[in-house]
Amino acid sequence: MGSLGEVDHSEDYVEEQGSYLQLMKGRGEDHGESGSALAAPSGQEDTVDTPRHFRAQPFPSLPKRAERLVAQAHVTRVYITWGGTLVGVVAGEGRRRRFPVAGGGRKGGGDGFRVHGGGRQAFHKIDLPLHNWQRCLKLLVFSMEKMARVTTVLSGSTITGRTMFCHLDAPANAISVCRDAAQVVVAGRNIFKIYSIEEEQFVERANLRVGRKLSLNFSCADVVWHQMDDNLLATAATNGAVVTWNLGKPSRNKQDQLFTEHKRTVNKVCFHPNEVNMLLSGSQDGYMKCFDLRKRESVSTFSGQSESVRDVQFSIKDYFAFAASFENGNVQLWDIRRPDRYERMFTAHNGPVFCCDWHPDDRGWLATGGRDKMVKVWDLSTTRTKEVYCVQTIASVARVKWRPEMKYHLATCSMMVDHNIYVWDIRRPYIPFGMFEEHKDVTTGIIWRHIHDPYYLLSGSKDSTLYQHMFKDASRPVDRANPEGLCYGLFGDLAFAGKDSMFTSDSNRKTYGGERRYPIFFFKKPDLSEQFANVSSSLNVFEMEGGSNSVDWFVNMAQQYILTGRSLAELCDHNAKIAKELYRYQVAQTWTMLRIVYSSPGAISSVNLNQSIGKSGGLPLMNSLKELSVALNNEPRLERGKAENWQEMNHIHSSNPLITANEENEETEGSDVPADYLFGDVEGDEDDLYMVDHENAPAEEHEYILPQEAFQLRHEIIDNPSAPDHLQDKVESPHVSGNEAETVCLTPIESFSLMSISQPLYDAYLPADYFNSLVKDMLHYYAEQGDVQMAVSVLIVLGDRIRKEIDEQTQEHWYTSYIDLLQRFKLWNVSNEVIKLSTCSSINCFNQASTSLHINCSNCKRPMSSKGWICDRCRQCASMCAVCHQVVKGLFVWCQGCSHGGHLQHIMNWLRTSSHCPAGCGHLCEYT
Amino acid sequence: MRVSAAAPVPAPAPSGRLEPVVTDCPSCQQCDRVRSKDRRVKIPRPLGQGPSAFIPVKEILQKDLEDAERQIFIEAFVSTGRVDNVTMVMGMHSQYLESFWKTQYYLLQMDGPLPYHYRHYIAVMAAARHQCSYLVSLHINEFLQVGGNPDWLNGLNFVPQKMRTLNEINKILAHRPWLITKEHIENLLKTGESSWSLAELIHAVVLLTHYHSLASFVLGCGIRPELDQDGGYTFGPPSPQSCDSDSASNSGSEEAVNGNASRDGLQELEVLIEKMKLLQEGRQDEEASQEEMATRFEREKRESLLVAPADDNESLSPTNLSCFVEDADFGYKDFSRRGEQTPPTFRAQDYSWEDHGYSLINRLYPEVGQLLDEKFQVVYNLTYNTMAMHCDVDTSMLRRAIWNYIHCVFGIRYDDYDYGEVNQLLERSLKIYIKTVACYPEKTTKRMYVGFWRHFRHSEKVHINLLLLEARMQAALLYALRAITRYMT
Repeated sequence: MGSLGEVDHSEDYVEEQGSYLQLMKGRGEDHGESGSALAAPSGQEDTVDTPRHFRAQPFPSLPKRAERLVAQAHVTRVYITWGGTLVGVVAGEGRRRRFPVAGGGRKGGGDGFRVHGGGRQAFHKIDLPLHNWQRCLKLLVFSMEKMARVTTVLSGSTITGRTMFCHLDAPANAISVCRDAAQVVVAGRNIFKIYSIEEEQFVERANLRVGRKLSLNFSCADVVWHQMDDNLLATAATNGAVVTWNLGKPSRNKQDQLFTEHKRTVNKVCFHPNEVNMLLSGSQDGYMKCFDLRKRESVSTFSGQSESVRDVQFSIKDYFAFAASFENGNVQLWDIRRPDRYERMFTAHNGPVFCCDWHPDDRGWLATGGRDKMVKVWDLSTTRTKEVYCVQTIASVARVKWRPEMKYHLATCSMMVDHNIYVWDIRRPYIPFGMFEEHKDVTTGIIWRHIHDPYYLLSGSKDSTLYQHMFKDASRPVDRANPEGLCYGLFGDLAFAGKDSMFTSDSNRKTYGGERRYPIFFFKKPDLSEQFANVSSSLNVFEMEGGSNSVDWFVNMAQQYILTGRSLAELCDHNAKIAKELYRYQVAQTWTMLRIVYSSPGAISSVNLNQSIGKSGGLPLMNSLKELSVALNNEPRLERGKAENWQEMNHIHSSNPLITANEENEETEGSDVPADYLFGDVEGDEDDLYMVDHENAPAEEHEYILPQEAFQLRHEIIDNPSAPDHLQDKVESPHVSGNEAETVCLTPIESFSLMSISQPLYDAYLPADYFNSLVKDMLHYYAEQGDVQMAVSVLIVLGDRIRKEIDEQTQEHWYTSYIDLLQRFKLWNVSNEVIKLSTCSSINCFNQASTSLHINCSNCKRPMSSKGWICDRCRQCASMCAVCHQVVKGLFVWCQGCSHGGHLQHIMNWLRTSSHCPAGCGHLCEYT
Repeated sequence: MRVSAAAPVPAPAPSGRLEPVVTDCPSCQQCDRVRSKDRRVKIPRPLGQGPSAFIPVKEILQKDLEDAERQIFIEAFVSTGRVDNVTMVMGMHSQYLESFWKTQYYLLQMDGPLPYHYRHYIAVMAAARHQCSYLVSLHINEFLQVGGNPDWLNGLNFVPQKMRTLNEINKILAHRPWLITKEHIENLLKTGESSWSLAELIHAVVLLTHYHSLASFVLGCGIRPELDQDGGYTFGPPSPQSCDSDSASNSGSEEAVNGNASRDGLQELEVLIEKMKLLQEGRQDEEASQEEMATRFEREKRESLLVAPADDNESLSPTNLSCFVEDADFGYKDFSRRGEQTPPTFRAQDYSWEDHGYSLINRLYPEVGQLLDEKFQVVYNLTYNTMAMHCDVDTSMLRRAIWNYIHCVFGIRYDDYDYGEVNQLLERSLKIYIKTVACYPEKTTKRMYVGFWRHFRHSEKVHINLLLLEARMQAALLYALRAITRYMT
C-alpha cells in the first residue's frame, strides 16, 4: 500500500492554463475483469505489478463529478494510495493530511476507482472509473487553475447573471450546456447554434447549421455536450442519424462522425460521464446503440425487445450501467458489457416514459416522467425496485432534471399544453416548490447551467426563445396557496387546519399531531429561500356539544319521512308528525301548513292538527293555529256575505281579504299583525305563512265541502301525489275524517249555501299556485339554513305543484347535496328513493350509472362474462341456491369469497346455524 | 395474413346464430313464395348476399369462431340490437374489432360532452361528405331513436347555428385536413350563442374523423346496406340471375383474374417478398444520400397525383344526401400540385400522436385518448405473419409502407422513413386503391378492389382497409389537434 503516485504542482504548471496531465500507469495484475472493449487500450502493456512508470499526456477535460469533501485550506498536492486513502498537502503548512475516503479503492464488479483532486478551498472527490483494469490505470491530476474555478463557482462568485432570454430563429427541441457553464447549445429542426452566456445576455457564438444542402441530419431531436471535452457535441437526428460534432475543426462544417445505424428517429443521445469516447443512443426502432467515437460503427447494440426507446441515461455512479425508458411504460437497466439482456426491467408508468434522470448524488435513485403526468423516483439500490416518491403534475412530463446540490429537488417541463417549468420538492408532491412561467409555448429542453450550481436554469422552448432563469426569480406557488383548511365532519364536528402561529395564543386547545410539528423539513443548509416555507400547521377539531346527538334527527327524519305513495295531505301529516316527534316544531308546522295550502280544508280538522296544537303550545306559532280554527269558522260566513264584492276586491287588493278577515275576527291574535305586511312580505317566515294560510284555508274550504260524501277517502289508493292533477286530490280529500274539529259543525250549515258561490270563486281568484311564490321562498329559506332535507322533501312531496317555480339548477343543487348527505350517513335506500323520485333528469341518471355487477360462476369460479345466468364455460346456471338447489329467481345473495349463495331467506337461515358455506366448499362465508 | 382462415371454409349454410341476414337464404325461397302468397304480405329479402359486395360471404363468416371472437359479436348485438355489416367484415380481424368497438361505443353511448342526438347528427354530417348512404341512414335511425328533432334531417339549413358552424371543419377534415388552422378553431370557440366548448369540440372532431374514415372503410370494402335500409332489401322475388350473377361474378371474376394473370400475380408476389427481404437485410448496397431521401418524399407525393383514380362512368347519385352537405364541390385536392403554393409539410416528428395528440385529447376528453391510442397501436401492430400463401413473413415493412403512404397522401412526412420503399413495395394498382379509398372513397369500385394484390386473401385486403381507416383518422386528427394546440398557446 505504498503511495501510488505523486504529482508535484510546481507553480509554472499551475499557471499553464487549460493544460492537464494524465498519468498512465500500467498494471499487470489481472483483476478478473476481462476488458470489455469499451475502453481505450492504452497501447502499452505493462506487466509489472508495482507502480513503475508514468506517462504524461494532455487530459482533455476535468471529470464531471466533483464533490466537496473538505474546505479548509489550499491544497497543493494530492497523493493517493492503493488503499484509497487520499493524502493532500496543504499549502503553507507543508504537512500531509490524510483523508480517508469512503468507498475508495477498487471494488469488485464494475465499480469505478476513485481519484481525488484538490482545490484552493476544497477537496473534490472525483470518480474516475477505471475500465480495462489489467491494461491501464488512469490517474487524474487536476489543474489548479481549473479547480480554483470550479471552487469559486461553488461559492457562487463566478456564475453570475440574471433572468434573461434571447430569440432563436426557430423552435428548439433540446439544449445542453458545456462543462464550464459558459456556453449553451440549442438544437431543433431548423436550428443548431451555440450561445455563450454572458452576464447580461446570450451571445451567439457559432452556427453549426451550415452547408450548401441542409440534410435531415441537421434536424435534431436531441443534443448533448460532452462533459469532459469542450469540443465534442452529439446530436440525435429525426431521420435516425447520430452525428457528432467537433468544434475544434478548422472547417466551417464541424460535423465529425455520422452513424446511420438506426432505422427510425433517434430520440436521445447520451455521453458517458467519464469516458470520452463513449456515446449511447436510443431510437424509435427499439434499439439502443453504444458507439465508440474512434470507430466507424457501433460497438454494441441493445435490444429493448419492445417499443421505442424514449430516453437513455448513463448512470453517474455506476460506470457500466445505464437506464433506458420505453414507450410502453417500461424502464430497463442495462450493463453496458452485456448487450444480450437487460439487468432489470420494471413498469414505471402507464403509457410512454418520456424521460429519466439519475440522481447526481444518490446512487440508485432514478427519476422518471411519463405521459401519465407523473414523475416518479425509484430506488434501484436494492434488488427490489421501489418507488420512493411520486409527483403528480398537470400534463405529460417531457423532461426531468435533478437540481444540483439539492437532494430532493427536481425540475420538470411538460410535453403539451402547460408551458411552465416546475421545480419540485419531491417530498412535497402536491405543490411545486418553484415555477418559471416565462415561456409562451411548450418548453422542450431544460438544463441546470452548472452541475454544482442550483440557482441557474436554462430552458429552450417551441416559442423560439432561450431563457436563463434565476432561481430567486422563480415564483413560489406555495406563497399563494391558502394555508388554512376547514371541514365539517359528518356529525357536525368541525376540523380546522391552519398555521401554527394562529393557535399559539390559546394553547389549551388540543392540536392533533403536535408532536411531529416539523416532521420532514430538515435541510442541512439553513438557507431559507431554499426551503419550502415552513408550513407547520396544526389541526384542531371542534366537536359538537352534546356529542353526535345533534344530527340524529337528520337520520331519523330521512328514514321515516314518507315522500310518496299517499295523498298529499297524508304525506304532510305524516311528515309533520315525524318532525314533531323529533322536536323539530318549525318543520312540523311547515308541513302542516303545506298541507293546508295545497290540500283540501277537511284535512285541517284532522287529529294531527289538534295534536299539534296541544303539544306545541309553547311555540309562538300556536297562536296562529288557534286562529286558524277560528278563522275556519268565521271566514265562510264572511265570504258568503260579501260574495258579490269578493271578486273585485281580490282582484285589486291582494291584502283585502285579510283585512276583512281581521275585521271579523277581533279575537284572533293574528289581527295584531299589520295587514299589508302579510301578503307583501315574502320572507318565508313562519308567521307570515301562517297568516296566509288561515286566511286562505277557508277560501278553499267552501269549494271542497261539496264533494266530500261522494268521494270519500278515495285518494288513499292513489299512489302518486306528484301526479299533475292535484286539484283532483283536493276534491277528493277525506274531508270528514276527523270529526272532532269545529269544522264539522260548520260544514253542514255552510255547505249548502256555499256550493253555488265558491266554485267559480276559487277558480277565478285563488288559483292553485297562488302560494307558490311563498312556498318557494320558504324552500329557499330552508335550503339556506342548511336544512336541505326539508327543501328536497317538500319538493318531492309537492311535486309538480311547486317544481316549475324553482329553477332546474337550484333543484339539482339541492338534490345533489341531500343525496350526498344521505350517502355519507349510509342511508343508501333513502338516497336511492330520492334519486328515483327526483324529477331532474341529471339526478335521475345517478342510479343508472355503474350498475353493472361483475360476478363469478359458482361452479367454475371464473368471471361470468356473458349476459344472463348461464356460465359459458361450464354451461350451467350459476344462480343455484346452495341450500335448496333450486334456481333462484328474485333476490339472490352470495358470498363474494366463494361465489356461492342462494335465496336470501335460505342463506339467512343457514347462517344462523353455521358460518361455513352451505355449498360445502369449506369457505367461511362473509356477508356484510 | 390470417392463420385461421388458411383453410377456406366451405361454408354451406353458415351457422345461424350470428348472421340473421343470411339465415333466410335463397334455399328456402320456395317456402317464402308460398308464405307470401298465402298472406299477401310483402316479405323483404336481402338484395345482396353477405355483408360486403366485394367479399364473398364464405370469406367473412366462419363457423369455428373462437370464444373471444363470438363474445365480441354477442356484445355488439346486445348493445346495439344488431350485428351490422361493418362489424361482420371487421370481425375478420377480431383483435382489432374489439378495440374499434370499444371506441365507437364510448364515443356514441358513454358519458361525453355532447348530447346523444348531436353525436349521431355529426356522424350523419361526416358520412354524408363521402356520400356514404350506409352510415347516413344508420345514424339517421339512431338520431331519431335518441330523440333527435326530425326537422334536422331536412338538411343543414334546419339545424341550430351551432351545428351548422361545424360544417366548415367537417368539410376540411374530410377532404383537405391540412387546411385547418387555428382560426377555424377560434371561430368555433369564440363566445356567443352558438359557440362550442373545447371539450365538445374535441368530441366533435373525434366523431368527425372517425366517421370520415369509417366511410372510407365502408366504401372501400363495399359494405352492403343493412337489411332494413333502403337498397338493402327488395320485395320482388329473388331473381335467380341477380343472386347467381352476384356470386358467379364474384368467384368468376376472381377466377378469371386468377386464370389470366395467375402467373403474373404469383410472380409479383414473389418479387414483393424478395424485395422485402432485401430491404430488411439492409440497404448497404445503395445508401441513399440525404438529399436523395428528401426528394423521395416529394416524388412520392407528386406521384400520388398520377395515381388519381380513373374517373368512373358510374357517378353516384347522391341526391338524398346532399342536404347534409354544403359546398359539395370541395373535395380532396393534392396539396403538392406544381406551381401552386403548397402548405408546409407536416413533420410527424414535430407533432406525433403518441406525444402530443394523445396528451391533448387526454386532457380534454380523457377516456377517448386511451381508447384511440389502443386502437392505433392494435392496428399498427396487427399481423399474422402471413402473406397470401406464405407463412412466417415479417410484414412490418409492408405495413409501415402502407401506413406512411397514406400519411404521405395527406402530407405528413416521417423524417426517418425512406419513401423509396413505398415505391418498391406498393404496386401501382394498390396505390390507386389506397389513394382512392383514403381521399375519395365514393369512387371506389369493385374493379379496383379486385385489381390489386390478386393473390392475397380477402382478410388481408380488409386488413389494408383497417390500416387505411386508422391512418386516415390519425392524419386528420393530427391536423385538427395541432390547430387546437396552436389555438391554445
